Amino acid sequence: MIWLAVLAAAVGCYLLKLAGVSVPASLLERPAVQRIAMFLPVAMLAALVATGLFDAGGRLAVDFALLAGVGAAVVALVARQSFLVVILVAAATTAVLRALT
Amino acid sequence: MTTVSAVSPDTHKAIRRDALGIAAYAGAFGASFGAVSIASGLSVAQTVVLSVVMFSGASQFALVGVIGGGGAGLAAIPTALLLGVRNAFYGVPMARILGREGLRGLRRPVAAHLVIDETTAMAVAREDPEAQRYAFWTTGVLLFTFWNTGTAAGALASSRIGDVGALGLDAMAPAAFLALLWPRLRVPAARWVAAAGALIATALVPLVPAGLPVLATAPVAVVAGLLPRRRTEEAP
Repeated sequence: MIWLAVLAAAVGCYLLKLAGVSVPASLLERPAVQRIAMFLPVAMLAALVATGLFDAGGRLAVDFALLAGVGAAVVALVARQSFLVVILVAAATTAVLRALT
Repeated sequence: MTTVSAVSPDTHKAIRRDALGIAAYAGAFGASFGAVSIASGLSVAQTVVLSVVMFSGASQFALVGVIGGGGAGLAAIPTALLLGVRNAFYGVPMARILGREGLRGLRRPVAAHLVIDETTAMAVAREDPEAQRYAFWTTGVLLFTFWNTGTAAGALASSRIGDVGALGLDAMAPAAFLALLWPRLRVPAARWVAAAGALIATALVPLVPAGLPVLATAPVAVVAGLLPRRRTEEAP
């Protein structure tokens, strides 16, 4: 099942790139279409952050170590740290809190 | 500046240096993807195939994020695809830059695979068409190499780690999504879209099967995109 998802999504993502360099530009240059394309990753990435934090197998729950880790990631982002630093800070914070409690 | 349009070797050198910096960074980013993917329950082979064939960071993180959250594979597929839609839009400036000649024959399917955030940004930042093409191909080839090497290294290293929770690896996925989201929040309207997306997804968690809460936020983007802009100078 995981293989099916991996292969179907990977091939699909490639076809999207191929379509981009192949379809007439006028099709993708309409303002509303561009705005939808700009907002799609925003809505879905925000949703992925939220479910990553609060989804405990189909019910809502708060894991404080996890929440603190992502909170530390926000601090790193505000401090303009690189991607790698941000996620390492998150993992380290969560790991330390779990070791202490 | 109306002297010569020929590109000096210095420009190529500068492009190579920038591309190498981005690629090295992508190697580290790829290693973190490898680790998150293994922590989400994918095998090393599945992780490597994703980086080679999908080759699009946000979509890859989303796919393994939904699978790791207990989501059926069927919900993970459209989630990754919707996040990959933006690459199609990068195709418009890239097709213009590469031109009919640059996309002839086998070059089109190969070039298409390299059309992602970083390569597009590197290409459109140059002024000379020749430099734009050079920046695209150099960044693309280096990034592809480093991204996949990093993924394999990260996947192999973390497949030897037994306890994912003790090392806080489960915090890496939401932190990665947040880091990918962060630069997109500079547009004020995007903050509302992000807030709506997070709220709707959270509210749906107890109501629908795993994977669907994320997918259900796609209409938010469609509605926000179709709404008339109230102020013309909204974006900074």
